[in-house]
Amino acid sequence: MKWLMFIALLLSGPAWAGEARPLADDPAAEARLKHLAVELRCLVCQNQTLADSNAPLAEDLRREVREMIAKDMSDKEIIDFLVARYGDFVLYRPPLKATTTLLWVGPFVLLTIGATVLVITLRRRAHKVVDVPVTDEEHRRVEQLLAEGGKRS
Amino acid sequence: MNRFLLPLSIFIVVVVFLGVGLRLNPREIPSPLVGKAAPDFSQPQLYDPAKVFSPADLKGKVWLLNFWASWCSGCKTEHPVLMELAKSGEVPIYGMDYKDQQDEAMTWLRRWGNPYPVVGVDDAGRVGINYGVYGVPETYVIDKQGMIRYKQIGPLDPDTVTKKIIPLVKQLESE
Repeated sequence: MKWLMFIALLLSGPAWAGEARPLADDPAAEARLKHLAVELRCLVCQNQTLADSNAPLAEDLRREVREMIAKDMSDKEIIDFLVARYGDFVLYRPPLKATTTLLWVGPFVLLTIGATVLVITLRRRAHKVVDVPVTDEEHRRVEQLLAEGGKRS
Repeated sequence: MNRFLLPLSIFIVVVVFLGVGLRLNPREIPSPLVGKAAPDFSQPQLYDPAKVFSPADLKGKVWLLNFWASWCSGCKTEHPVLMELAKSGEVPIYGMDYKDQQDEAMTWLRRWGNPYPVVGVDDAGRVGINYGVYGVPETYVIDKQGMIRYKQIGPLDPDTVTKKIIPLVKQLESE
Protein backbone atom coordinates (compact mmCIF):
# COMPACT_ATOMS: atom_id res chain seq x y z
CA MET A 1 0.00 0.00 0.00
CA LYS A 2 2.77 2.40 1.01
CA TRP A 3 4.64 1.56 -2.16
CA LEU A 4 1.57 2.26 -4.21
CA MET A 5 1.18 5.65 -2.60
CA PHE A 6 4.86 6.37 -3.20
CA ILE A 7 4.47 5.52 -6.88
CA ALA A 8 1.35 7.67 -7.09
CA LEU A 9 3.33 10.52 -5.57
CA LEU A 10 6.06 10.13 -8.19
CA LEU A 11 3.51 10.06 -10.99
CA SER A 12 1.96 13.33 -9.91
CA GLY A 13 5.04 15.15 -11.20
CA PRO A 14 3.43 16.60 -14.36
CA ALA A 15 0.80 18.47 -12.35
CA TRP A 16 2.65 21.76 -12.33
CA ALA A 17 0.99 24.92 -11.18
CA GLY A 18 0.45 27.12 -14.24
CA GLU A 19 2.84 30.00 -14.12
CA ALA A 20 1.36 33.44 -14.72
CA ARG A 21 1.48 34.00 -18.44
CA PRO A 22 3.21 37.20 -19.51
CA LEU A 23 0.40 39.31 -20.86
CA ALA A 24 2.30 40.96 -23.65
CA ASP A 25 5.72 40.59 -25.10
CA ASP A 26 6.48 44.22 -24.61
CA PRO A 27 7.04 45.11 -20.92
CA ALA A 28 6.59 48.83 -21.62
CA ALA A 29 3.12 48.21 -23.12
CA GLU A 30 2.27 46.02 -20.15
CA ALA A 31 3.33 48.76 -17.73
CA ARG A 32 1.08 51.21 -19.57
CA LEU A 33 -1.80 48.74 -19.46
CA LYS A 34 -1.35 48.34 -15.70
CA HIS A 35 -1.15 52.07 -15.21
CA LEU A 36 -4.39 52.53 -17.16
CA ALA A 37 -6.23 49.51 -15.80
CA VAL A 38 -5.99 50.60 -12.15
CA GLU A 39 -7.84 53.79 -13.12
CA LEU A 40 -10.65 51.90 -14.83
CA ARG A 41 -13.54 50.14 -13.23
CA CYS A 42 -14.71 46.68 -14.17
CA LEU A 43 -18.36 46.87 -15.24
CA VAL A 44 -19.17 43.41 -13.96
CA CYS A 45 -17.50 43.33 -10.55
CA GLN A 46 -18.13 46.96 -9.89
CA ASN A 47 -15.80 47.36 -6.94
CA GLN A 48 -12.80 46.01 -8.75
CA THR A 49 -10.51 47.73 -11.17
CA LEU A 50 -10.00 46.44 -14.66
CA ALA A 51 -6.57 45.33 -13.50
CA ASP A 52 -7.90 43.18 -10.64
CA SER A 53 -10.96 41.66 -12.19
CA ASN A 54 -11.12 38.19 -13.65
CA ALA A 55 -14.53 38.69 -15.22
CA PRO A 56 -14.56 37.71 -18.92
CA LEU A 57 -15.56 41.26 -19.87
CA ALA A 58 -12.58 42.66 -17.96
CA GLU A 59 -10.31 40.26 -19.84
CA ASP A 60 -11.82 41.42 -23.14
CA LEU A 61 -11.41 45.06 -22.19
CA ARG A 62 -7.80 44.50 -21.18
CA ARG A 63 -7.26 42.87 -24.58
CA GLU A 64 -8.92 45.87 -26.22
CA VAL A 65 -6.73 48.34 -24.27
CA ARG A 66 -3.63 46.28 -25.09
CA GLU A 67 -4.48 46.50 -28.78
CA MET A 68 -5.00 50.24 -28.56
CA ILE A 69 -1.62 50.59 -26.85
CA ALA A 70 -0.09 48.56 -29.68
CA LYS A 71 -1.72 51.01 -32.10
CA ASP A 72 0.11 53.77 -30.24
CA MET A 73 -3.00 55.56 -29.05
CA SER A 74 -2.61 58.06 -26.22
CA ASP A 75 -3.99 57.40 -22.73
CA LYS A 76 -6.62 60.03 -23.34
CA GLU A 77 -7.77 58.41 -26.58
CA ILE A 78 -8.02 55.02 -24.86
CA ILE A 79 -9.99 56.43 -21.94
CA ASP A 80 -12.27 58.34 -24.31
CA PHE A 81 -12.89 55.10 -26.21
CA LEU A 82 -14.12 53.41 -23.05
CA VAL A 83 -16.09 56.40 -21.75
CA ALA A 84 -17.90 56.67 -25.11
CA ARG A 85 -19.13 53.11 -24.62
CA TYR A 86 -19.61 52.70 -20.91
CA GLY A 87 -19.94 56.25 -19.63
CA ASP A 88 -18.11 57.95 -16.77
CA PHE A 89 -18.85 54.88 -14.71
CA VAL A 90 -15.68 53.19 -15.99
CA LEU A 91 -13.55 55.91 -14.45
CA TYR A 92 -12.49 55.50 -10.86
CA ARG A 93 -11.96 59.25 -10.80
CA PRO A 94 -15.14 60.72 -12.21
CA PRO A 95 -14.73 64.08 -13.95
CA LEU A 96 -16.05 67.24 -12.34
CA LYS A 97 -19.35 67.89 -14.14
CA ALA A 98 -22.79 69.24 -13.30
CA THR A 99 -24.00 65.73 -12.47
CA THR A 100 -21.02 64.91 -10.26
CA THR A 101 -20.88 68.17 -8.31
CA LEU A 102 -22.48 66.65 -5.22
CA LEU A 103 -19.98 63.82 -5.35
CA TRP A 104 -16.99 66.14 -5.40
CA VAL A 105 -18.29 68.98 -3.24
CA GLY A 106 -20.41 66.91 -0.84
CA PRO A 107 -17.64 65.87 1.56
CA PHE A 108 -16.41 69.46 1.87
CA VAL A 109 -19.95 70.70 2.50
CA LEU A 110 -20.35 68.11 5.24
CA LEU A 111 -16.97 69.07 6.68
CA THR A 112 -17.97 72.75 6.76
CA ILE A 113 -21.30 71.94 8.42
CA GLY A 114 -19.52 69.78 11.00
CA ALA A 115 -16.92 72.47 11.74
CA THR A 116 -19.61 75.17 12.09
CA VAL A 117 -21.65 73.03 14.48
CA LEU A 118 -18.51 72.31 16.51
CA VAL A 119 -17.56 75.98 16.78
CA ILE A 120 -21.11 77.02 17.75
CA THR A 121 -21.37 74.28 20.38
CA LEU A 122 -18.01 75.14 21.89
CA ARG A 123 -18.90 78.83 22.05
CA ARG A 124 -22.20 78.10 23.73
CA ARG A 125 -20.49 75.91 26.26
CA ALA A 126 -17.97 78.65 26.98
CA HIS A 127 -20.87 81.00 27.82
CA LYS A 128 -22.29 78.51 30.29
CA VAL A 129 -19.11 78.37 32.37
CA VAL A 130 -19.50 81.26 34.77
CA ASP A 131 -16.98 82.32 37.39
CA VAL A 132 -18.51 81.77 40.83
CA PRO A 133 -16.68 83.59 43.60
CA VAL A 134 -15.58 81.34 46.43
CA THR A 135 -16.04 82.71 49.89
CA ASP A 136 -13.37 82.48 52.55
CA GLU A 137 -15.51 80.05 54.51
CA GLU A 138 -15.81 77.71 51.51
CA HIS A 139 -12.11 78.00 50.82
CA ARG A 140 -11.29 76.91 54.34
CA ARG A 141 -13.67 73.96 54.06
CA VAL A 142 -12.01 72.80 50.83
CA GLU A 143 -8.59 72.96 52.44
CA GLN A 144 -9.89 70.98 55.38
CA LEU A 145 -11.47 68.27 53.17
CA LEU A 146 -8.32 67.94 51.09
CA ALA A 147 -6.22 67.60 54.21
CA GLU A 148 -8.53 64.86 55.54
CA GLY A 149 -8.42 63.00 52.23
CA GLY A 150 -4.64 63.09 52.31
CA LYS A 151 -4.60 61.46 55.73
CA ARG A 152 -6.97 58.72 54.77
CA SER A 153 -5.02 57.44 51.80
CA MET B 1 -38.78 69.54 22.27
CA ASN B 2 -36.24 71.68 20.48
CA ARG B 3 -33.51 69.37 21.72
CA PHE B 4 -34.92 66.47 19.72
CA LEU B 5 -35.90 68.41 16.63
CA LEU B 6 -32.41 68.68 15.16
CA PRO B 7 -31.35 65.03 15.62
CA LEU B 8 -34.75 63.94 14.35
CA SER B 9 -34.50 66.02 11.18
CA ILE B 10 -30.96 64.77 10.54
CA PHE B 11 -32.24 61.23 11.03
CA ILE B 12 -35.06 61.80 8.53
CA VAL B 13 -32.64 63.18 5.94
CA VAL B 14 -30.34 60.16 6.39
CA VAL B 15 -33.30 57.77 6.07
CA VAL B 16 -34.45 59.51 2.87
CA PHE B 17 -30.96 59.19 1.37
CA LEU B 18 -30.82 55.54 2.38
CA GLY B 19 -34.27 54.92 0.89
CA VAL B 20 -33.31 56.51 -2.43
CA GLY B 21 -29.99 54.66 -2.41
CA LEU B 22 -31.67 51.30 -1.89
CA ARG B 23 -34.03 51.88 -4.78
CA LEU B 24 -31.25 52.59 -7.25
CA ASN B 25 -29.99 49.60 -9.13
CA PRO B 26 -26.19 49.75 -9.27
CA ARG B 27 -26.25 47.22 -12.11
CA GLU B 28 -28.03 49.68 -14.36
CA ILE B 29 -25.42 51.99 -15.71
CA PRO B 30 -26.93 54.62 -17.99
CA SER B 31 -25.57 54.15 -21.48
CA PRO B 32 -23.90 57.13 -23.16
CA LEU B 33 -24.85 55.55 -26.50
CA VAL B 34 -28.57 56.31 -26.26
CA GLY B 35 -29.26 59.06 -28.80
CA LYS B 36 -26.11 58.24 -30.76
CA ALA B 37 -25.63 56.26 -33.96
CA ALA B 38 -25.59 52.51 -33.42
CA PRO B 39 -21.99 51.30 -33.88
CA ASP B 40 -21.47 49.59 -37.19
CA PHE B 41 -20.41 45.98 -37.49
CA SER B 42 -20.40 43.19 -40.03
CA GLN B 43 -20.53 39.82 -38.35
CA PRO B 44 -21.02 36.34 -39.78
CA GLN B 45 -24.50 34.92 -39.44
CA LEU B 46 -25.09 31.99 -37.11
CA TYR B 47 -26.97 29.86 -39.62
CA ASP B 48 -24.87 30.85 -42.60
CA PRO B 49 -21.38 32.03 -41.61
CA ALA B 50 -20.64 32.92 -45.21
CA LYS B 51 -23.29 35.67 -45.03
CA VAL B 52 -22.81 38.91 -43.17
CA PHE B 53 -25.14 40.64 -40.75
CA SER B 54 -24.75 44.41 -40.61
CA PRO B 55 -26.94 47.24 -39.26
CA ALA B 56 -26.55 48.95 -42.63
CA ASP B 57 -28.94 46.32 -44.07
CA LEU B 58 -31.65 47.55 -41.71
CA LYS B 59 -31.57 51.28 -42.50
CA GLY B 60 -35.09 52.65 -42.72
CA LYS B 61 -36.47 50.09 -40.29
CA VAL B 62 -37.11 50.21 -36.58
CA TRP B 63 -35.58 47.09 -35.03
CA LEU B 64 -34.32 45.56 -31.84
CA LEU B 65 -30.83 44.22 -31.35
CA ASN B 66 -30.73 41.60 -28.64
CA PHE B 67 -27.42 40.36 -27.22
CA TRP B 68 -27.81 36.85 -25.89
CA ALA B 69 -25.91 33.62 -25.34
CA SER B 70 -26.76 30.01 -24.71
CA TRP B 71 -24.74 30.11 -21.47
CA CYS B 72 -26.69 33.05 -20.07
CA SER B 73 -29.44 32.28 -17.58
CA GLY B 74 -31.11 35.68 -17.90
CA CYS B 75 -31.58 34.99 -21.61
CA LYS B 76 -33.54 31.87 -20.74
CA THR B 77 -35.83 33.96 -18.53
CA GLU B 78 -36.23 36.55 -21.25
CA HIS B 79 -36.77 34.12 -24.09
CA PRO B 80 -40.57 33.57 -23.84
CA VAL B 81 -41.00 37.37 -23.87
CA LEU B 82 -38.96 37.66 -27.06
CA MET B 83 -40.91 34.78 -28.64
CA GLU B 84 -44.16 36.52 -27.80
CA LEU B 85 -42.96 39.87 -29.15
CA ALA B 86 -41.69 38.23 -32.35
CA LYS B 87 -45.03 36.49 -32.83
CA SER B 88 -46.93 39.76 -32.40
CA GLY B 89 -45.02 41.16 -35.39
CA GLU B 90 -44.68 44.58 -33.73
CA VAL B 91 -40.97 44.86 -34.32
CA PRO B 92 -38.26 42.56 -35.71
CA ILE B 93 -35.73 41.32 -33.16
CA TYR B 94 -32.26 40.66 -34.48
CA GLY B 95 -30.00 38.52 -32.36
CA MET B 96 -26.33 38.83 -31.54
CA ASP B 97 -24.90 35.62 -30.17
CA TYR B 98 -22.40 36.96 -27.67
CA LYS B 99 -19.24 34.93 -26.92
CA ASP B 100 -20.88 31.60 -27.55
CA GLN B 101 -20.26 28.25 -29.24
CA GLN B 102 -22.01 27.91 -32.58
CA ASP B 103 -23.39 24.39 -31.97
CA GLU B 104 -24.59 25.24 -28.46
CA ALA B 105 -26.30 28.38 -29.70
CA MET B 106 -28.07 26.46 -32.46
CA THR B 107 -29.16 23.71 -30.03
CA TRP B 108 -30.48 26.37 -27.65
CA LEU B 109 -32.54 28.04 -30.39
CA ARG B 110 -33.87 24.70 -31.63
CA ARG B 111 -34.95 23.85 -28.11
CA TRP B 112 -36.52 27.13 -27.02
CA GLY B 113 -37.54 28.60 -30.35
CA ASN B 114 -35.95 31.21 -32.57
CA PRO B 115 -37.46 34.72 -32.42
CA TYR B 116 -34.75 36.21 -34.67
CA PRO B 117 -34.94 36.63 -38.46
CA VAL B 118 -31.13 36.83 -38.43
CA VAL B 119 -28.59 36.04 -35.73
CA GLY B 120 -25.12 37.52 -35.89
CA VAL B 121 -22.15 35.93 -34.19
CA ASP B 122 -19.99 38.03 -31.87
CA ASP B 123 -17.40 35.46 -31.07
CA ALA B 124 -14.79 37.71 -29.47
CA GLY B 125 -17.24 40.09 -27.81
CA ARG B 126 -16.00 43.07 -29.84
CA VAL B 127 -19.41 44.14 -31.05
CA GLY B 128 -20.49 43.86 -27.43
CA ILE B 129 -17.75 46.26 -26.37
CA ASN B 130 -18.70 48.73 -29.10
CA TYR B 131 -22.27 48.67 -27.85
CA GLY B 132 -21.22 48.98 -24.22
CA VAL B 133 -22.57 45.55 -23.32
CA TYR B 134 -21.46 44.45 -19.88
CA GLY B 135 -23.82 41.60 -19.19
CA VAL B 136 -26.16 39.66 -21.45
CA PRO B 137 -29.03 39.91 -22.13
CA GLU B 138 -29.09 43.50 -23.32
CA THR B 139 -31.48 44.89 -25.91
CA TYR B 140 -31.22 48.03 -28.02
CA VAL B 141 -34.02 49.80 -29.85
CA ILE B 142 -32.63 51.23 -33.09
CA ASP B 143 -34.57 53.72 -35.21
CA LYS B 144 -34.87 54.24 -38.96
CA GLN B 145 -31.78 56.45 -39.09
CA GLY B 146 -29.76 53.79 -37.30
CA MET B 147 -29.73 55.61 -33.99
CA ILE B 148 -29.95 53.89 -30.59
CA ARG B 149 -33.06 55.14 -28.83
CA TYR B 150 -33.29 52.86 -25.84
CA LYS B 151 -31.18 50.32 -24.02
CA GLN B 152 -32.59 47.57 -21.88
CA ILE B 153 -30.10 46.19 -19.38
CA GLY B 154 -30.98 42.69 -18.29
CA PRO B 155 -33.93 40.56 -19.36
CA LEU B 156 -36.97 42.15 -20.99
CA ASP B 157 -40.18 41.43 -19.12
CA PRO B 158 -43.77 41.62 -20.43
CA ASP B 159 -44.32 44.87 -18.52
CA THR B 160 -41.33 46.65 -20.08
CA VAL B 161 -42.34 45.41 -23.52
CA THR B 162 -45.93 46.68 -23.33
CA LYS B 163 -45.17 49.92 -21.47
CA LYS B 164 -41.86 50.98 -23.01
CA ILE B 165 -40.75 49.02 -26.06
CA ILE B 166 -43.99 48.88 -28.05
CA PRO B 167 -45.00 52.54 -27.51
CA LEU B 168 -41.45 53.63 -28.38
CA VAL B 169 -41.41 51.48 -31.51
CA LYS B 170 -44.78 52.91 -32.60
CA GLN B 171 -43.55 56.44 -32.06
CA LEU B 172 -40.35 55.73 -34.01
CA GLU B 173 -42.31 54.10 -36.84
CA SER B 174 -44.36 57.25 -37.26
CA GLU B 175 -41.33 59.56 -37.30
